[in-house]
Parts: sequence; structure tokens; C-alpha cells
Amino acid sequence: MPHLVRIDAGVMLVRAGSRSTPVRPRPTPGIASALSELRIDQLVTRHVGPIDLCVEAGECVCIQGASGSGKSLLLRAIADLDLHTGEARVDGLACADLPAPQWRRKVTLLAAESQWWCERVGDHFERRADDWMDRLDLPREAMDWEVARCSTGERQRLALLRVLVQRPGVLLLDEPTGNLDAHSTQRVEALLEDYRQREKAAILWVSHAHEQVERVARRSFVLRDGQLHERMRT
Amino acid sequence: MNVITLSPMDLGVAALLVVALSGLSLHMRLGVERQLLTSAARTIIQLLLIGVVLKVLFDNAALVWVGLMAAIMLAVAGREVMARQKRRFLGWWGFGVGTLSMFVSSFTVTVLALVAVIGTTPWYAPQYAIPLLGMVLGNTMNGIALGLDRLTQDAAQRRAVIETRLALGHDWDRAISDTRREAIRVGMIPIINAMAAAGIVSLPGMMTGQILAGTPPVEAVKYQILVMFLIAGGTGFGTMVAVGLAARRLFDARQRLRLDRLSAPRD
Repeated sequence: MPHLVRIDAGVMLVRAGSRSTPVRPRPTPGIASALSELRIDQLVTRHVGPIDLCVEAGECVCIQGASGSGKSLLLRAIADLDLHTGEARVDGLACADLPAPQWRRKVTLLAAESQWWCERVGDHFERRADDWMDRLDLPREAMDWEVARCSTGERQRLALLRVLVQRPGVLLLDEPTGNLDAHSTQRVEALLEDYRQREKAAILWVSHAHEQVERVARRSFVLRDGQLHERMRT
Repeated sequence: MNVITLSPMDLGVAALLVVALSGLSLHMRLGVERQLLTSAARTIIQLLLIGVVLKVLFDNAALVWVGLMAAIMLAVAGREVMARQKRRFLGWWGFGVGTLSMFVSSFTVTVLALVAVIGTTPWYAPQYAIPLLGMVLGNTMNGIALGLDRLTQDAAQRRAVIETRLALGHDWDRAISDTRREAIRVGMIPIINAMAAAGIVSLPGMMTGQILAGTPPVEAVKYQILVMFLIAGGTGFGTMVAVGLAARRLFDARQRLRLDRLSAPRD
């Protein structure tokens, strides 16, 4: 029986982090679970963990938490960018059994701040993303723009597309709409929703905005004291 | 042709320059007179010592002594490379990267020159081996120190970019390629500039020395060209090896960027 904690906002929290069995999501009818299920066992990285978590294929799970609580650290460890113990698996394939670049193509982290290394936007892309650019209100010529010419918001949307064209099965999103206005945020949410359903992708989404969490995820957790606490919907 | 021997008196005249300079420094309160005199004294002592060492070495031209001398030169150069790093590798790597790459490049290039170009007998004849190695090593040391310093500082500065590339599934060597290329370039610029300016802006020291010693200028020039090419080879290959090894060391087996393998930056 999970240990229930009551906090002042009136939200029920289920202590989930340190249990030996991963937290199972409620069964979602109609979604095949054999595609890109992300399962995390006893993951520990710096002051975070041990964390157990399962994100089913086609599911979006949100993580909230105060600054410095280790949300980004958790995502970095899952992407195998930081030292960690414990294991992450995609459909039973363990991170340690795959070459790191191959793992990161399956389980791709989108950092909060987008980074660019070539002058032209298009040089960062493996292939074009015309339809998706339309959907995010980015002109198709943006591929020929200089990165320096783009606004922060444009760069953030382009960085998301740069990840999506590689078709990862698992997305680790670190505040993907952090620099966007309400309109663009809604566009990005819709695109990600569409991607999740079409690709049966698993999404782990770090967000500060409570309303966003309510919109995009059925399950969400709060990361506090290195542990994930499940948040019951009110 | 005979060299005009310098008497202690002659050197004394030259030393007056330094003494006069420090006197002026005292008068003008520049505060460098102490440093000036100590470094002048160090010049006298260190050079006299090496003169004696070289004299003994030349009289006992055995491979083991030449090898020992070369090893000491290499170790000192390796220490110097390490000391010049703002962020050095922790543990043995700090000393090892530079030293190993200098060993690989400088020694190979020098031995190549001794055996295949100059053809001295024995091939390790110290009159040739030690000065050649010294010139190649000194320049290679500069190139490697510059290249490594640039690599580690750039990697630390561009950490977010490199990790973004890793996150997108790039291999480590693709993720660091820009930084590595720049570091190798930086290490090679001094010798490229030196070759371009040789003879017009600067008369290289070795050639000057040979001419002073009475060698016909054209012969001295030929040696200088040889030395320039040896230095270019030693510096270029040495920098590539050092920067290549160091770049690899910045990543672990899981291709994570491991800046924790570097010391904190020093001023």
C-alpha cells in the first residue's frame, strides 16, 4: 500500500521513488505497449534517486520540482550524459548494452537552452521538417537563416524539430516551452501530442507550469529530496 | 676556421650592461633589479653547468649517456607543458599526455634526421643529437602546450554545445571535432609563422650561431632549413598526437564529456 502524504495545496502525493517495484501507470486502453516503453530501475545520479519509473509507449509523464531539485540531472542521467548507477531500458534493451550514441538516438534529451555550432540553421538538421515547421509557425526558409538571426523562441522551436526529425522513441524534454509565448506553447504542445500518438513515443516532460502539466500528462510527479512523488489529479 | 675565444673579461664587459640596467632600475624605482640580477646569475650558472655536462657527454659518447640526457630533457619539457595548462588533466595524464606525444614526435623526428639525413657516426653522436633534439623539443613543447591549453579551455567553455551534440547521438569525436581542429591549428601557428618570417624578419639563432662560428652562410642556411622542417614535423605531429589523446581522454567509455578529469582553472 503506497504511503500517502498530504501537502498544503490539497494535492495527494504518493511516495513512489524508493520502492523496489517501478510505478505502474494506470492501463491506457488502445495504446500498444510494446513500442518504446521507458523503464528506469534504481537510478541514482548525484543527489537524485534511487528512482524507479516506467513511462509506457505513447504515454507522457511530467516532472515538476523546485529549482535545484535535480530534474535536469535526472534527464541527463537517463540520456547517459552523466555518471549514474542503476539502469534505464527501452523495451527491455538496457542502456549499458547499447553503444552510447545509439542509446541517445532512441532516448533523446532536449536541453532547456538550445545550442548551435554551425552558422546556418539547416546544417544542424539531418533532414528537412517542412510540415512540422508549418505547424510551429516557422517559415520554411528558416532552414537557410543564420542561427545568430533567430530569436530565442525560434531557436527553441527549431531545437525541438532537430530532435524530432531523428524520430526518437523516447523524448526527454527539459522545459521545451520555457521561452515561448502562449500561442507558440500551444502549437508545440499540439505537435508533441501528435508525435506521441503517431510514433507511440514515451515522453518525460519537465515543466514549471502547472496548467501545462494538467494539459499534457495523465500522470505527473514532483521531484523532492531526490525522490519522485506521484501527484494525484484533483 | 677558428672561433674567437671569449675571455672572462669579454663576458664581464657584456655583464656591465646588465649591471648598468639594474642600477638604472633601482634609480627609477622599477623594482626589477633583483629579478634582473638573479636571472642573469641563473643564466651564468645554468649555461656553465650545461657546458660542463655537454663536454663530459661529448667525451663519453655512449648511447646510455646520450639517452639519459635526452630523457631528462623530455621530462623537464613534459613538466613545463603541464605547468602551462590552465586546466590540466588530473593524475598521471597531466604529465603523460604532453610527455608521451613529445616523445613520439620529437624523438622520431630527431632520430630520422640523424640516421637518414645527416648520417652521423655513431647515429647518436651527441654533438648533433643533443642540440637537434633540444631545438625540436623546445618548439614541440610550445606547440603542444598551446594546443592542449586551447583544447581543454574550449571544451569547458563549449560544454553545452558538445553535450547537445552527444544528446543528439553524435559520436564523441564528431561532437568535439570543431574544438579539436581549432586546438591543433593554434598549436601549429607559431612554427608556420616562424617559417614564413625566417630570414626576412628574423635570423634564426642556430644559423646565426653557425655563421659566428665561421661556417659559410650557405652551409648554415642549409642546416637551418633542415632544422625548420624538423621543428615543423615535430610540432605538427606532436600537437596532433597530444590533442588527439587529450580529446579522447575528455570522454569516457560511455562517451560522456568528463570535465571532472580536469583540474579547476588556475590564473
